[in-house]
Amino acid sequence: MDESRRNFLKIAGCSAMGVAWGVPVLRAVGQALEAEPAPGALTGKRWALAMDIQKCMRPDVMRACQQVCHRLHNVPKIDDPEEEVKWIWSEKYDNVFPNKVHKFTSDSLKGRPVLVLCNHCERPSCVRVCPTQATWKREDGVVMMDMHRCIGCRYCIVACPYGSRSFNWSDPRPNIKPDIDPEFPTRSQGVVEKCNLCAERLAKGLGPACVDAANQVAGEGAMYFGDLGDPNSEIVRVLRSRHSMQRRPALGTEPHVFYLVSTSKRSELKQKPNDFVVPVLEE
Amino acid sequence: MYDAGKIILGIAIFLVLITFPFWFTLALGNPDYQPDPELPAGQVQCVESKEYMIHWHMDLLNQWRDSVVRDGNRMYVSREYGDRHEMSLTRTCMRCHESRERFCDRCHDYTAVDPYCWDCHVEPKGE
Repeated sequence: MDESRRNFLKIAGCSAMGVAWGVPVLRAVGQALEAEPAPGALTGKRWALAMDIQKCMRPDVMRACQQVCHRLHNVPKIDDPEEEVKWIWSEKYDNVFPNKVHKFTSDSLKGRPVLVLCNHCERPSCVRVCPTQATWKREDGVVMMDMHRCIGCRYCIVACPYGSRSFNWSDPRPNIKPDIDPEFPTRSQGVVEKCNLCAERLAKGLGPACVDAANQVAGEGAMYFGDLGDPNSEIVRVLRSRHSMQRRPALGTEPHVFYLVSTSKRSELKQKPNDFVVPVLEE
Repeated sequence: MYDAGKIILGIAIFLVLITFPFWFTLALGNPDYQPDPELPAGQVQCVESKEYMIHWHMDLLNQWRDSVVRDGNRMYVSREYGDRHEMSLTRTCMRCHESRERFCDRCHDYTAVDPYCWDCHVEPKGE
């Protein structure tokens, strides 16, 4: 290359100008934000939820859970099933556990409503398909939505095998009843929403609202919330000691909402011979 | 140059039209107009200096958004004053700046920017 004094001065001048322009801008914008978690925030390695399938079948429990969740998060109430928005709701047992139902499944489960919500999967298919990373899995396992980034393409709705995601076909505000809670943002038309495992409550040191509601209505033990990364946590002890199910585990998404099933007592078996359950051996 | 007269006339008309906002405001508008956002009474300082907030509030809010939503960090440590604030538009900013109309919109309308904050975040009643 032909290195002349003239070329050198040109390049030096341009560089100096660039630095002079860039430095104040970088200083103002590029400064790392000094931020820290809120004091008292719950931190966990891997959050999970477990619910007693039978206790959470009670209509008053299901109503309480949905009411507190939907009010807290400004979820609109739209009756049209094609446009409805839901974070926690109920589905027929046969549809929730399609591979766990057969001709002789107990009537206490078959056809009965089961409380369902986002499973906060270990390998969430919604996250894999999101083109803008508007939905992603946090370090602690919560599958989050960033409404600022959602472009409403609805790939995630197609990808989620549990139907946990709803699309806002219209402005949700007129359908938020009885009134909008100013503490939590609403959504706008054209974004997808779902359960956030009460991330805003975890930041305040509280567990998910549905867990509190269920345990209040049905008594302790209806729902458990805790850290699977902590071997001494209550949820780990419960999952180790009781029979539990995940929704469609063969899909490999590894749901982190567990359903605890009570086994029938022998006395019940005698009364209802159709409900044949292999008796559990005493320990 | 062919048709010089027509071309020069065309350029002149074009320049007059494109500079319309400038000379129209100079002639009929109020060129000294300055937007006047209403500052909260009884408050001494914001989370950063006034100059910083005027110039960079939009970047600060974007950083707050990313920090809260993506990283889960909800407490902001002020660079200027060192005190801590919850990073929340509704619970921090709008607790002092109570009215969107009398604060945010005054400048945003003047500069014709239309941020989409209020599509989702609930604006305070204002009174």
